[in-house]
Amino acid sequence: MKEKIKSNVKLYFHYLSVALRSTMQYKTSFYLMVTGRFLLFFNGILGVYFMFSRFGHVKGYTFGEVLLCFAIIQADFALAECIGSGFAAFAGIVRQGEFDRVLLRPRSTILQVLGSQFRIDRIGLIFQAVFMFTYGVVISPVEWTFGRIMTVCFMLLGGTTLFVSFFLLRAAFTFFTLDGIELVNILTYGAQEHGKYPIDIYGKKMLKFCTYVIPYTLIQYYPLQYLLGRTNRWYYGVYPLCALYFLLICYGMWRFGMRHYQSAGS
Amino acid sequence: MTKYKTYFSFFRIRFNMGLQYRVAAVSGAATQLLWGLMECLAFMAFQRSAPEAYPMAVSATVSYVWLREAFFSAFTTWNADQDIFDSIVNGGIAYELCRPVSIYHMWFAKTTASRAAGAGLRCIPLLLAASILPRPYRLSLPASPLHFVLFTITLLLGLGVTVAFCMFTYILAFFTISPQGLRMLLTSMIDFLSGAIIPLPFMPDAVRSIVELLPFAGMFNVPLLIYSGELAGAAMYRGIGLQCFWLVTLVISGRILCRVAERRIVVQGG
Repeated sequence: MKEKIKSNVKLYFHYLSVALRSTMQYKTSFYLMVTGRFLLFFNGILGVYFMFSRFGHVKGYTFGEVLLCFAIIQADFALAECIGSGFAAFAGIVRQGEFDRVLLRPRSTILQVLGSQFRIDRIGLIFQAVFMFTYGVVISPVEWTFGRIMTVCFMLLGGTTLFVSFFLLRAAFTFFTLDGIELVNILTYGAQEHGKYPIDIYGKKMLKFCTYVIPYTLIQYYPLQYLLGRTNRWYYGVYPLCALYFLLICYGMWRFGMRHYQSAGS
Repeated sequence: MTKYKTYFSFFRIRFNMGLQYRVAAVSGAATQLLWGLMECLAFMAFQRSAPEAYPMAVSATVSYVWLREAFFSAFTTWNADQDIFDSIVNGGIAYELCRPVSIYHMWFAKTTASRAAGAGLRCIPLLLAASILPRPYRLSLPASPLHFVLFTITLLLGLGVTVAFCMFTYILAFFTISPQGLRMLLTSMIDFLSGAIIPLPFMPDAVRSIVELLPFAGMFNVPLLIYSGELAGAAMYRGIGLQCFWLVTLVISGRILCRVAERRIVVQGG
């Protein structure tokens, strides 16, 4: 067992180094993409800034507080896209019949699909999240205790896991539909876009939906309440770890889908 | 006359191609419906937080959101024609250059067609759904029959301005073989200035007065604000005038730049 894990980890890093080397063959293009992405999402911040310079606050949240929330969601998403882009591009793998080759190899299918792609250019987004977060820390009055720093770490871990789970779920659907379903995008890109504001501004119904149907509030709203000092319940800060359960559910879906896989492509 | 027939066929072929993706369109419309709903909810939250600072009627914002979602494929800047970029990068352009038609006009017709087909497919289910939603989220009727007529005309003008601007991104690809980074920069700029991130009335007044003069304001900002009556009277006619001005300017300068590019072209690939 231990040997197996060790060799899997080794394989994963081998995939990573291959991806890194192949990206670095096109250095100029890589730097342009990183800068482009860095600038692209400045739009988002500028939009939020203009809204706050007009309205001052939204449901009691200030600009600095929203920046913290926005930065964490952005970082979650960027990390998830970086790690899980193999799943995001899975429709292409299935349609071209590539998945048959994956099945033939005596290695974990998940590992192979994950290793098929690393979007290293997403690092531009991560830089941007770090920048946003730092600025948010400076202008918001949050007191940084040990518990709150841990909360940020849990939010990053849980959020990234949740987004990777959605990519996995989307890939699992591909076994049945052969094409990516755009509707699943609302779970990933929609959450990235609309998750910049704390979920409670969208109203009570949305808050319930995002707690019981899809566990967004666990990685965003609840830990945020503790982070911003709106509640003393420290255990809100640990909620993001529940996202790991969601990953298990999505993994189950993947296993179920794979059993129903019929080859496609040529 | 036959010349126009040629370009019309390019338009028709592309339009029919775009109409093939019907299931994708339904799934896409459902996604956009949810997306638009979230956006309406966010605007309403801001409105409740500081009602006096809200720059337009709430129902007008809701209409703006729905119309933008409905005609999203026509105006999104990222949605440039990938085939055209590919033909420039892989050398397929050589065949196109052999044809006795103008590259600029052919690309213009193709791009307009694929955008019109995409929007035409998506707007119907989306507009239907948006007009039967419960009250505060429902798409309202146009402000008046005149506003509706002008909305239709400016929507077409706006499509023209968008395509004319897209042409620049194609032509720029002649000069740099890896156009991705540059495209991304242009896209992000247009997204912001056209009002895709936040509608122009929400920008600070000083910024807004400048942005309104730029070509990007003539893409979908003008028709969408005319629909709800937020843009009326002299300001409306000024907006329409600016749209026409930019359409003509962009097309003329695009054609000149295209001719320069054609002259210095180096075909890649085999």
